[in-house]
Amino acid sequence: MGFPDRIERTLEVAQPPGKVWAALTTAEGLGAWFGHEATIDLRPGGAARMTWTDGASVDMRVERVEEPTVFGFTWQIYGLPKDDPRRTYVEFTLEAVGAGTRLSVVETGFSQLPEDAYRKAYDAHVGGWASELGELADHLDAA
Amino acid sequence: MPPDTEAIAEQVFVALADPTRRAILAELASGGPATATDLAARLPITRQAIAKHLALLAEAGLVTAEPGERRRVRYRLRSAPMQVAQQFLAALARDWDGPLDALKDHLNQ
Repeated sequence: MGFPDRIERTLEVAQPPGKVWAALTTAEGLGAWFGHEATIDLRPGGAARMTWTDGASVDMRVERVEEPTVFGFTWQIYGLPKDDPRRTYVEFTLEAVGAGTRLSVVETGFSQLPEDAYRKAYDAHVGGWASELGELADHLDAA
Repeated sequence: MPPDTEAIAEQVFVALADPTRRAILAELASGGPATATDLAARLPITRQAIAKHLALLAEAGLVTAEPGERRRVRYRLRSAPMQVAQQFLAALARDWDGPLDALKDHLNQ
């Protein structure tokens, strides 16, 4: 048994790729099925955000826009703090099948590990705080 | 992925399966580094039992021992193994089936 690094799903729908594309890449589309409200700047590097009525929100960064076949974005890894830099990559691929569309979604990057650099930075911060707080305590004791 | 990743995550899950160890980790997370005696004063467990659990937690890399005041050993929470386990949980928690069903419904409207 290993860690799942990727999640893959394929979905066949009766609507043509153009309509599916709109559902994936417009604020109206994303707000109708994924979030309760959405904003999107549809270009590589553009920002997108979905919010839910329970107050949850997710920020995305648009990575690939090849209308109407490939839409890719990165977003935060579920459960990590908001300021954690690690992200997973989600790519939707649309393929016309007859009058409909075969839609695949692949999300990768779940097996990212805390890098050595991250560990070092973290340990340095922990050590730094310990000594800073020690100095503060010494300073207060001396006063 | 390094082969020891699975082992790290397994140790985290084993450590978290025990309510006393969860209580110790929660106490270190909220209150900062503490000695076994400090923890025994704050939790409804004997110092001996706490020392035994701390040894297991140190083995799993979830706490590190460091010199504290008056030459007593203090234990500090170490988050790195949690983050390894968190990657595994994240993949399980990412629910694509619900949204994709919603997309299908949306397109059929």
